[in-house]
Amino acid sequence: MSDKIFRSLLLVSALILLLIFAGMFFSLSKGAIPAFKEFGFLGFIFSSEWNSSTGAEQYGALAFISGTLLTSLLALAFCLPFSLPVSFFVGEYYRGKKVAGVLGGIVDLLAGIPSIVYGLWGFYALRPLIQSLGLSEQGFGMLTSSLVLAIMIIPYASSLSAEFIRMVPQELKEGAYSLGATRAEVIRNIILPNSFSGIFSAYILALGRAIGETMAVTMLIGNTNRIPHGLMDTGNTMASIIANQFGEADGLKLSSLIAIGLLLFLITAIVNFLGRLMIKRYSI
Amino acid sequence: MSSLKYRLFKNKLLSLSVIVLSALTAVPLVLIIGKVFLQGWRQINWDFFTETTPSTLDALLAINNNQPIPGGIANGIVGTLMMVLIASAIAIPIGVMSGIYLSENRKTRFSSVVRFLTDLLQGTPSIILGIIAYLWVVIPLKSYSALAGSVALAIMMLPLIVRSTEETMNLLPVSLKEAGLALGSPYSSVVLKVLLPSAFGGVFTGILLSISRVIGETAPLMLTALGATAIQWDVSKPASAVSLLIWEFYNDPNLQSMIWSASLFLLLLVLSLNILAKQLAKKWRI
Repeated sequence: MSDKIFRSLLLVSALILLLIFAGMFFSLSKGAIPAFKEFGFLGFIFSSEWNSSTGAEQYGALAFISGTLLTSLLALAFCLPFSLPVSFFVGEYYRGKKVAGVLGGIVDLLAGIPSIVYGLWGFYALRPLIQSLGLSEQGFGMLTSSLVLAIMIIPYASSLSAEFIRMVPQELKEGAYSLGATRAEVIRNIILPNSFSGIFSAYILALGRAIGETMAVTMLIGNTNRIPHGLMDTGNTMASIIANQFGEADGLKLSSLIAIGLLLFLITAIVNFLGRLMIKRYSI
Repeated sequence: MSSLKYRLFKNKLLSLSVIVLSALTAVPLVLIIGKVFLQGWRQINWDFFTETTPSTLDALLAINNNQPIPGGIANGIVGTLMMVLIASAIAIPIGVMSGIYLSENRKTRFSSVVRFLTDLLQGTPSIILGIIAYLWVVIPLKSYSALAGSVALAIMMLPLIVRSTEETMNLLPVSLKEAGLALGSPYSSVVLKVLLPSAFGGVFTGILLSISRVIGETAPLMLTALGATAIQWDVSKPASAVSLLIWEFYNDPNLQSMIWSASLFLLLLVLSLNILAKQLAKKWRI
């Protein structure tokens, strides 16, 4: 009898996970309905208006969607030239050596630093640098936030890529070496083609991280509610507009913010879904 | 085919750039930790841990009199510990039990769906969980509360605990379970008294990592716990947290000098938990 209870307890816990996920989707959708009813689903997504003055309330997500895409894709581009060498350092050049463990550990620690500390560092250390380089007057904007985001996602991209690089069969590499290939040629012709989809999926998952980052971006992006027109422009991401305005929002505005939350939830779910799917297919 | 010299040169160039760029990647960590240490350690003293946050006015007076700002972050420390404790109390039992379920029923369709959703939950931005806890707890209770913050953190902790429990349980030899069952012990005691203790190291590491992941979170707490200037023990009232205090100091020009000491405290807390978890993982590897 007690076994029966125990087994059903286990099942119930797994069910709770399912219910949490379904409940999140349901609650976000329910909260978003007033906004979608007022502006239309597509109308909400493709409008870049964000006006909360009473009487002329008009909300749309396009400015924040574009801000999110711009910052996260830029962050991916900035992180690539550093995270890729790290994964080859750890997974190929010094694999199994002590120095690889040390570098891997240091890079992993980057993932442990709280988002708000990244934001402070960006605000007090990186922003003055950007100002003194004359890139932008205030130092806020897409570039500043993407640079900090890039540092934040390096560990996610590099540690997973290193595992896929490590998984390339030794025989393949030895075959190439025995034909006289240099290490650079082995990497180019054997390791990269064999681990490409794994590395690609690691970067998709890192992109998912960048899309959802909130505090650091909120502190650095400048918080203006329009479509960004360039690297130096200020803006807002979907996460940062929620962090900025949720506290004082009610009525239609609250519903619009929840709608943005729903869109963000869906986008990160799709990005993560694609990343996991690729890993699954690759590892079989 | 290019000449041998050129090929060797390319090879050298690649090795060199990999090493240089990898070394450069460690620079931000040093810069960030260095900045927080240099700016933060001066403000840390006994009062810092025992006093609550000063009001803007007190801070302004102290600045004008050229004195150190009075007060500390005790309200934040209490809030953070309380919320992490409640979140753990919610997330650990559910997480460990689901992990056991997934490991015991590996091949079923239900398990693969749950596993997949757990992975998606892991990738969900923390601010979304703030909205969820706002909708699920703050609105029904009609007040921002420590409880709401704990719910948000608990959902964040779940996926990591589930997957680390499952993966550790998967590593256990089947003979362990069979031996237990052959002795006639009921299934529940085999799992609770044989399998779970054997997997303890991995499970515990997962729990520590999940705590270190949420202890520095700010965004979900802004929408749920809100913040408080006094030490608050009532879970149904708004509470403060160290990360929330950093956000408040950042927004208040008079309290700026406390930003770095609070950050230093938070950073040390998170990183030492993180390193501890990884050391234990190495030591207790199955």
